[in-house]
Amino acid sequence: MEDKTILEVKDLAISFQTFEGVVKAVRGVDFTLKKGETLAIVGESGSGKSVSTKAINRLLPKKNTMIESGEILFEGTDLLKLSEKEMQKVRGNDIAMIFQDPMTSLNPTMQVGKQIAEPIVTHKGVSKEEAKKQALDLMDLVGIKNPTENYKSYPHQFSGGMRQRVMIAIALACEPKVLIADEPTTALDVTIQAQILGLMNKLKKELDTSIIFITHDLGVVAQMADRVAVMYAGQIVEHGTADEIFYNPMHPYTWGLLASMPTLDVGQTDLYTIPGSPPNLLHPPVGDAFAPRNEFALEIDFHEEPDMFKVSDTHYAKTWLLHPSAPAVEPPEEVRRRKAKFESLYMGKEEINEMGGEALGSRS
Amino acid sequence: MRWEGKPLVAEAEKKAIVEISELKQYFNAGKKNEVRAVKDVSFSIYEGETFGLVGESGSGKSTTGRALIKLGDITGGQISYKGQDINDIKRRKDLLSFRKSMQMIFQDPYASLNPRLTVKEIIGGALKVHGMTENSKERTKRVYELLESVGLNRQFANRYPSEFSGGQCQRVGIARALAVEPDFIICDEAISALDVSIQAQVVNLLKELKDKNNLTYLFIAHDLSMVKYISDRIGVMNSGRVLEVCEADELYIAPLHPYTESLLSAIPTPDPEAERRRVRTEYDPKYHHYDDHSNVGLHEIAPEHFIYCHKDEIALYKKKREKLLRQAKQQYA
Ligand SMILES: Nc1ncnc2c1ncn2[C@@H]1O[C@H](COP(=O)(O)OP(=O)(O)OP(=O)(O)O)[C@@H](O)[C@H]1O
Ligand SMILES: Nc1ncnc2c1ncn2[C@@H]1O[C@H](COP(=O)(O)OP(=O)(O)OP(=O)(O)O)[C@@H](O)[C@H]1O
Ligand SMILES: [Mg+2]
Ligand SMILES: [Mg+2]
Repeated sequence: MEDKTILEVKDLAISFQTFEGVVKAVRGVDFTLKKGETLAIVGESGSGKSVSTKAINRLLPKKNTMIESGEILFEGTDLLKLSEKEMQKVRGNDIAMIFQDPMTSLNPTMQVGKQIAEPIVTHKGVSKEEAKKQALDLMDLVGIKNPTENYKSYPHQFSGGMRQRVMIAIALACEPKVLIADEPTTALDVTIQAQILGLMNKLKKELDTSIIFITHDLGVVAQMADRVAVMYAGQIVEHGTADEIFYNPMHPYTWGLLASMPTLDVGQTDLYTIPGSPPNLLHPPVGDAFAPRNEFALEIDFHEEPDMFKVSDTHYAKTWLLHPSAPAVEPPEEVRRRKAKFESLYMGKEEINEMGGEALGSRS
Repeated sequence: MRWEGKPLVAEAEKKAIVEISELKQYFNAGKKNEVRAVKDVSFSIYEGETFGLVGESGSGKSTTGRALIKLGDITGGQISYKGQDINDIKRRKDLLSFRKSMQMIFQDPYASLNPRLTVKEIIGGALKVHGMTENSKERTKRVYELLESVGLNRQFANRYPSEFSGGQCQRVGIARALAVEPDFIICDEAISALDVSIQAQVVNLLKELKDKNNLTYLFIAHDLSMVKYISDRIGVMNSGRVLEVCEADELYIAPLHPYTESLLSAIPTPDPEAERRRVRTEYDPKYHHYDDHSNVGLHEIAPEHFIYCHKDEIALYKKKREKLLRQAKQQYA
């Protein structure tokens, strides 16, 4: 992986005008994406993952969206300043997106094969026959059986997972520099999921594609991500390398996420849940938005928004618990177990390498 | 441990609410572009249990669910619900009460909600059709309660589906299904679009409702750790067939069909270190020529453990099961 930044989002804030008032969906998001890396974005449903990434490709409804502030720098150019025409070029060629809802983003009246071939013609300027050939190859690549017959199918004739694979084929068609994948494998069974994830990783290796991967499946994150950003209520509350987030999480919301997952152990009876419900973004709370649901909340959390505290050069978390004068707290058991692993991992490095593991912390 | 024999529902109470036998569902039957979405599916669902259905994408899970709720005519086989062949439910009045008794939460949340209606109209409409509430005031109150029960703010009631995130939309679908207080719910990937903490919340809600109102669920999903957690029994599908059916814990301890093994080996775990070392087993469907054989079907290998196989394979599967159970006992001892 090179250390070259390809995409930089700075202080992005987005609101929507709705019936009941202005919804502050994204409230100051910063992140960078390097060439050839996979950044996973996880977090609460409704926390602004899809909205922040749709903003990159300027795909939010014009009618009620307000970009309150921010810059989105792609190879140094602010995408928010481009004309619609310039943006169209970027969308197909440079930054492709796989959407969360395949049915509504596919054209119901157009054969799926054509939907894959069309962007190949527009963006690569090849002949129709050549585009069809490439489209068939892509269908095969994403695991759609009998491509020739299925080329002529319409979206409603496909299962949920097959539609999602069509979306993936369309996104990959033009070999984009940045691939934004919003829950791309949510509707897929685990074996096909593994196949698609493998394909994305291959693309990343061969073409140095950068990937933003939005998912709530932490297992998939563990498999794909170089770095992870955790979102809550329109903000990134923690980010770090995959190992840092999984084995040394600092934010109580991240703790809650990791503790909520079922395990494959026999006889598990109770599933941990984070109490309460997410804040109403019509009136975002003062202080730390997570405080009312946070059993570790401090007095200050209810008055003042926490700073982003540095844990390491690559790891930051937005919680007052990291303030030097904050009291020490005992994280949930699942998190303590993970932290113990972090210590053993990073102290027992040699031993693990001898056992054939890759270098820790960096995956290329 | 559960898999050592203690039945989940005492034998005497086990009463099938749904019985599917040799279901076939072909699309464009007889034409050149015929799709045999469901070729041979048989299983029963006991009253009060959660039956998990997992398997390959495109294997016919949603089609099975849709056949069960009478969306379209089936090509072959039989489905009975509460002892009645659903084919015989034809009169308007009977259909209405069937629709109230059985609800489905659809896989594609945006596509299954009317984009022109507000959430209040969507959920309120269901309440009205089935006469669940007396007047509009009561209806509004109930809509709020339902929204809150799935972790949505009541202020969302006046929004349209397109103004929601994926997971929020999914929860509107869940609230709509719960609104009519059904006895049986088909959850088709109902929680896959939700983040883990809300998944946990919804799953706990589903469990709570099940215990309180003796609900029964068909839970279609691909997240095998969640399916394991929520299900009493699980069926595994691959290209139009149910290949394995057994109790949830047993499936993970003694997966017998090679396709089940390959599925289990592909479950991603939230542990980057383990992911770096993962080894997967692959399943080649060509290995079984189910289409060409007459002596294949769902056979009982042990009580409550069924495998789709040739008669001659039964003995082998029995041995395999015993071996796996022995190993598990040692491991959990
Ligand atoms: N067009 C819109 N009009 C009004 N509000 C919107 C619109 N689109 C999104 N929102 C709101 O913005 C917030 C962020 O939505 P977003 O889709 O980014 O969530 P998400 O993090 O992707 O969640 P999920 O995991 O459920 O997909 C949500 O509260 C949502 O209701
Ligand atoms: N209306 C239709 N016309 C033609 N073929 C169809 C139709 N509906 C479904 N199919 C086909 O039937 C097969 C089974 O589809 P189904 O939706 O049941 O799969 P599934 O198991 O739910 O998959 P997924 O996990 O991807 O949702 C697929 O090959 C699909 O293309
Ligand atoms: Mg989303
Ligand atoms: Mg389906």
